[in-house]
Amino acid sequence: MSLWKIAWRSIQQRKLSSLLTGLSIALGVALVVIVLVIHGVVSASFSEAAQGYHLILGAKGGKLQLTLNTVFHLSQPIENVPYSFFKEFTEYQDKSGNLVRGKYASAVEAAIPYCLGDSYKDFRVVGTTPDLFEKLSYGAYPDGTPKHYQFAQGSNFDMRDFNAAVIGAVAARQAGLKLGDHFPITHGIADENAKVHDEDLFHVVGILAPTGTPNDRAVFVNMEGFYLIGDHAKPLSKQEDSIDGVLRTHLEQLQSVHHHLQRAVRDKDVPATAAAEIQEADRLIDEILRETKPQPTSSLDAAKKTAGEETEHDAVEHSSSDQQPPRVAAGKQTPLPENQREVTAVLLLLKNDVFSQVLYNKINEGNVAQAVFPSREVANLFEGIVGHVRMILLVLAVLVVVVAGVGVMVSIYNSMNDRRREIGIMRALGAARSTVMTIVLMESVLLALLGGMAGVILGHVTIGLFAPFVTATTGVMIHFWQPAPAIHFAGTYISPEVILIPALLVLATIVGFLPALIAYRTDVARALSDAP
Amino acid sequence: MLRLQNIRKAYVEPDGSQLPILEIPEFHVAAGEQMVLVGRSGSGKTTLLQIIAGISRPDSGLVQIAGLDITQLSEAGRDRFRAERIGYVFQTFNLLPAFSALENVLLGMTFTRTGRDATRSEDLLKRVGLGHRLTHRPTALSVGEQQRVAVARALANSPKVLLADEPTANVDTANQQQIIDLLRETCAEEKIALVMVTHTQEVTSQFDRVDRLAEINQVRPSVTGTAPTEAGGSLS
Repeated sequence: MSLWKIAWRSIQQRKLSSLLTGLSIALGVALVVIVLVIHGVVSASFSEAAQGYHLILGAKGGKLQLTLNTVFHLSQPIENVPYSFFKEFTEYQDKSGNLVRGKYASAVEAAIPYCLGDSYKDFRVVGTTPDLFEKLSYGAYPDGTPKHYQFAQGSNFDMRDFNAAVIGAVAARQAGLKLGDHFPITHGIADENAKVHDEDLFHVVGILAPTGTPNDRAVFVNMEGFYLIGDHAKPLSKQEDSIDGVLRTHLEQLQSVHHHLQRAVRDKDVPATAAAEIQEADRLIDEILRETKPQPTSSLDAAKKTAGEETEHDAVEHSSSDQQPPRVAAGKQTPLPENQREVTAVLLLLKNDVFSQVLYNKINEGNVAQAVFPSREVANLFEGIVGHVRMILLVLAVLVVVVAGVGVMVSIYNSMNDRRREIGIMRALGAARSTVMTIVLMESVLLALLGGMAGVILGHVTIGLFAPFVTATTGVMIHFWQPAPAIHFAGTYISPEVILIPALLVLATIVGFLPALIAYRTDVARALSDAP
Repeated sequence: MLRLQNIRKAYVEPDGSQLPILEIPEFHVAAGEQMVLVGRSGSGKTTLLQIIAGISRPDSGLVQIAGLDITQLSEAGRDRFRAERIGYVFQTFNLLPAFSALENVLLGMTFTRTGRDATRSEDLLKRVGLGHRLTHRPTALSVGEQQRVAVARALANSPKVLLADEPTANVDTANQQQIIDLLRETCAEEKIALVMVTHTQEVTSQFDRVDRLAEINQVRPSVTGTAPTEAGGSLS
């Protein structure tokens, strides 16, 4: 018979006490596992969210705030930066149609604009370009291969489709958005009284596959459509506001008629031939616009009025008017003039890592914007704030395990009085002092091991039960058996869960030492003389 | 096989004074010999067996078993020697309640270098008439059956010396004879030296040799009652 079996039988003999002791260990270990896995997965996920590009550019202000509202879709956006600043990182056509390379474009692989400030239900709306999903990645696989955005349904949006939207996996599920659905967006974030842009409907062309990043909880719309929403155009200066009064009056009247016609077509109150008449009205408006620089009365109007100024944005004829949002059903869309555009942030993917520090310094030395390293900000965030919270949670969880370990000691210690005779018998049968000591230590180890394994299972079951909630609140996907992400330990990367059980065994050995010592010191003659 | 010479054992009282328990100038048991040692309660019978088994050390003297003076061995050495050469049957059986009959016998083999032998354990239990009770725990066995398991356990390692401390004290008359027969037969078959201590004369007539502890122990117990053991309990 092995010593393990003797130890196990001793545990069996004290079923209730052993069960309760094991349970306390299991609860403590489960708590540690939950903290390690959830925090680890969320941390890794958030770190991944900040990968795939080098820098975030935005208005001067808090670096963390810029990172939070750009990467994590949290906090309030800072001020905007001029569109001309964004262009410095891109190649574009000037009014003559010549290709112009922005000041920093040669160093840039991709510059992705972010226009923030609106929301749909509980989800942030990001006005951006399709490059976000084509040129940027999120995180990387263990072998270093970058993770590219995948579409669970539909596809990426086309810049020519101003009202197209791509929805994050969680946002789509929770908001109940499907391909082809139309939805309005709300000016402002998480404000019940915020203005809803009922007239500015976007339609879903793609739903992202889950990424496990905060982008799962975001709604991405075509930046051009975003700009055309009421109140999104930057007000022009007085100089820009000069306009021929007569022409303006006429134009406003014409626009009013145009608006009513559009509504009539939408409501099917007029024959289909009216669409041709509306197109004619559009043409007339465009002609007037070419001759003037009127101040728009709304963002849509602004687009119509100033179309002639813009050369790099081509208006698009929609292929199927009955599938388009009402606002554009009858005709062309014209982009918002550049002088009325702003961007909240720019994600920069550089051609070479070495450019990042140079650009970082250059931009921060200027007065227009600031640059932040998102990965650095995320690391600071986790080390500075979240890391401490995790540490507190971990310390508490470890304390629970230690208390449970002390419970093991108390349980075995209390049993020692009853077991003196057993120890005496084993000693009389030839067991050495060290042997009975080992048996008691094994008992402690068995209790800790079984309790610990039960705790790991319990922890993962709990994680499995709460995974939907974690996913819903953070956008992070957690699976039932997902181990805590690897940490650097003893020169290698290893999941802290793997360390947990050996650590528990060390604890069991320590707490088992006192009762084991009592077993060691048991006087055989006296133990045998005790009444059975 | 067994030789004791000039054995002295005293109990140190709380005030530091010594209370002699045993003083045996000479004591021999030959290989295969079966002897019974009779002594009244408190005469030091259990203490003597514990000294022979190496559980207790005498204050002085020689305890030679199969030519080896076990008083010269370390505690661990005496433990190992006891596991491999000594069988011990207790008055109160001392079976471990968490283990089955078979496991209790196997336990006797656990602490030897040769390790366990399930076949021999089963054979021993069959030999004591408990082949059908292998998996039963002590609480499911009668008192007589429990003592038979204890005998099987004591024989598990083919000991040179079998020490039986009043093995029939807690069993009824019918079982008493069975236990005595079992001890005598198995010791005779395996040529084991049997030393049984008892406080009654009932079974002595069946043994080749009967010694009276009062005759070999030169310590005279006090008139007032039993002398304490070195551990503080009473002698039996």
